[in-house]
Amino acid sequence: MGALPLLHPLSVPDHPLQEPTLNLSETTRPRRSALLCAAVLASTALLATACSSSGSSSSGDAGSSAGSAKITLTVGDFGTFGYKEAGLFDAYMAAHPNITIKEDTTTGEADYWTALQTHLSGGGLDDVQALEVGRIALATSDALSNSFEDLSKVKGVNKGDYLPWKWQQATTQDGRTIGLGTDVGPMAICYRQDLFQQAGLPADPAAVTALWAGDWAKFVQVGKEYQAKAPKGTFFMDSATGMFNGVVSSSTSQYYKGGKLDYKNSPSVKTAWDLAMQADAAGESAGLKEFDTPWQTAFANSSFATTVCPSWQQANIQKFSGDANSGKWNIAQAPAAGNWGGSFLAVPSAGKHKAEAEALVAWLTAPEQQAKVFQKVGNIPSNQGAYSLTAVTDFKNPYIGPNAPTGQIFSTAAKAIQPAETGPHAGDLQSDFSNGILLVEQNHKSATDAWNTTVQQIDSSVQ
Amino acid sequence: MATSTTATGRAAGPRPAGTADPGPTPRRQRLRTLLYRLDSKGSPYLLVAPFFLVFAAFGLYPLLYTGWLSLHKVSLYNVNNSQWVGLQNYSDLFSGSLSRFFWNALGNTLTLGLLSTVPQLVMALGLAHLLNYKLRGRTFLRTALLAPYATSVAAATLVFALIFSPEGGMANWVLHLFGIGPLNWEAGHWSSQFAIALIVTWRWTGYNALIYLAAMQAVPGDLYEAAAIDGANRLRQFWHVTVPALRPTILFTAVVSTIGATQLFGEPFLFGGQSGHQGGADNQYETLGVLMYDQGFRHSMLGRASAIAWSMFALLLLLGLVNTLIARRLRRD
Repeated sequence: MGALPLLHPLSVPDHPLQEPTLNLSETTRPRRSALLCAAVLASTALLATACSSSGSSSSGDAGSSAGSAKITLTVGDFGTFGYKEAGLFDAYMAAHPNITIKEDTTTGEADYWTALQTHLSGGGLDDVQALEVGRIALATSDALSNSFEDLSKVKGVNKGDYLPWKWQQATTQDGRTIGLGTDVGPMAICYRQDLFQQAGLPADPAAVTALWAGDWAKFVQVGKEYQAKAPKGTFFMDSATGMFNGVVSSSTSQYYKGGKLDYKNSPSVKTAWDLAMQADAAGESAGLKEFDTPWQTAFANSSFATTVCPSWQQANIQKFSGDANSGKWNIAQAPAAGNWGGSFLAVPSAGKHKAEAEALVAWLTAPEQQAKVFQKVGNIPSNQGAYSLTAVTDFKNPYIGPNAPTGQIFSTAAKAIQPAETGPHAGDLQSDFSNGILLVEQNHKSATDAWNTTVQQIDSSVQ
Repeated sequence: MATSTTATGRAAGPRPAGTADPGPTPRRQRLRTLLYRLDSKGSPYLLVAPFFLVFAAFGLYPLLYTGWLSLHKVSLYNVNNSQWVGLQNYSDLFSGSLSRFFWNALGNTLTLGLLSTVPQLVMALGLAHLLNYKLRGRTFLRTALLAPYATSVAAATLVFALIFSPEGGMANWVLHLFGIGPLNWEAGHWSSQFAIALIVTWRWTGYNALIYLAAMQAVPGDLYEAAAIDGANRLRQFWHVTVPALRPTILFTAVVSTIGATQLFGEPFLFGGQSGHQGGADNQYETLGVLMYDQGFRHSMLGRASAIAWSMFALLLLLGLVNTLIARRLRRD
């Protein structure tokens, strides 16, 4: 529901589209009671799913935070953090018999964040709260940073373990680190090897990487070559917005400079915008709205040949392309390394069991635990220690290019990411620009009109 | 009413017979009268008081608080730290940086309101008229009419979003049968508004039809008989007997639908998918409700969202006034 960059990677696909169809077929049943029942049941079921972002329960026990007293820690998160899946909560509870952990999870990050904001001012926070990378600049700003504890001095936390830029993102101006990195979203390019072959392009990951290595302009150029011999009805890319985000994310100067919003003078924004316009003018883009239902359907319909592929996108590709397209996807390095997505864990200052919560966060974000999560659900660790673990480097995705060095591609990209200055509105700008490109792709506005509308949109929302 | 008459009746009862027997002392008598009077005059207020208490807490207070917020710069995650800005939020809306989006949203709210309300009420009236006849399976038909109303906004909208999808949606398939090229319904200005109006119409037509049906059944049968004797056919009976008799009901449904249309939020918000929060990439179906959500909950600007809420309130008062004037005009006719 939210803006592109603000969705948690693994929550993206869960668009509740399947249930409602049941509803309609039920209404043709002739008996009144059955019909009423069906309608009522269906609507309550939907209400229940729609409202599943229930308010979080604050820590259950009122007891003191002394070592041996029984306490309950609540962990508020969204999407799939993978702790429960990897059995980490159970392992922690087994090692600490006095602690019970309750996960308070919401599917969509946008809903989660809206609730978290209200809880920050109105109370009802969990002992541990997850923060998405799109929110971290806001959380570290003066307005919010005092609501969270400094985690840099917690026992067991070693600054050198984390990717420097990831650590920096969660650090305030006065040097407090309010969140520890969980996962990152290094980018690759996922491509359809069958369509590439039909268009006369190489299909091998190494050869494909070489086609556009080092320059996004080459990527657009390859698109032109693809389009010249493209199988009928297919496009080179799903949407120019994905590429726009790719170009901006792989640059060291993005939307902010010197603590101020400076997108109008940002070279990467200009390059990304121009390339997106070029790609659209050359008819390379299917013009789909990323993450929307038609975009999901287009995977199954084989409407496009490439998509910008942060680590968490792998799950989407498999889910939406389906078994019929098995073995057709492959993966190559992106023209330049960049990050899209990833999260942090923070401890709110209002919590009753802060010391215990901090210890839990330190343990959950340690290399061994991050590697376990990666193996189970595929979230790329933010902890550098994990990159040398063979579980990460030797990882191969059975659905996407079974023989492609997927683990290698992502860990190389993660290490090559350059830190970039960010700010409280970076997430908003990313979605405003994605929207601006849609104005050209879907609403057929001129590039100039679309740019002006985007600027107006930004001016109206940045106070 | 009923309690008050019996109470006074009983109080007045014993008096004429009481001359021989002194009965209760004058003071007690006076107290009793006072109590009876309190009961008759006061208890109605007592009985309706809970509603007004709840209304004050959950209706009036938020209304006033929103008004107060609209004069401040407040962020969602730091509500207690607000800063007085006077009427700046309103000037932002009417002529400032947000004005383009505000006037656009106001326009969309009105066009979407007309597109959804008018066909909805006309169709509801027609359906009610048909259901008023003796039909086989009438109860089933009447219940079926209410089924869309019982469906949640989310369910209905998501199904319609599938129907109007550019990737294999049913609407485009139908257009294709007539040789018309595929349409990106969601991206177009009028096509998206048409689709959303259709969702609203689908959900509310049955509800209004049932209200009309109830009112129709209260129309005395002899009016129709008299009209039939005068040689009026069914259509003329509908226009000259049913519609005039239904006038107050039509006004009621018009008011309720207008309020609903002004607050339209769920349908455009969900129909737009990833760009629903701003009513489409080009804000082509952004209503005031969606704009308010976007400003308040996505951009955390509660002051501005409150200003939009009060503008919507003012708009509703204005529409209410227009409606009253029309109603008075109709009554005079």
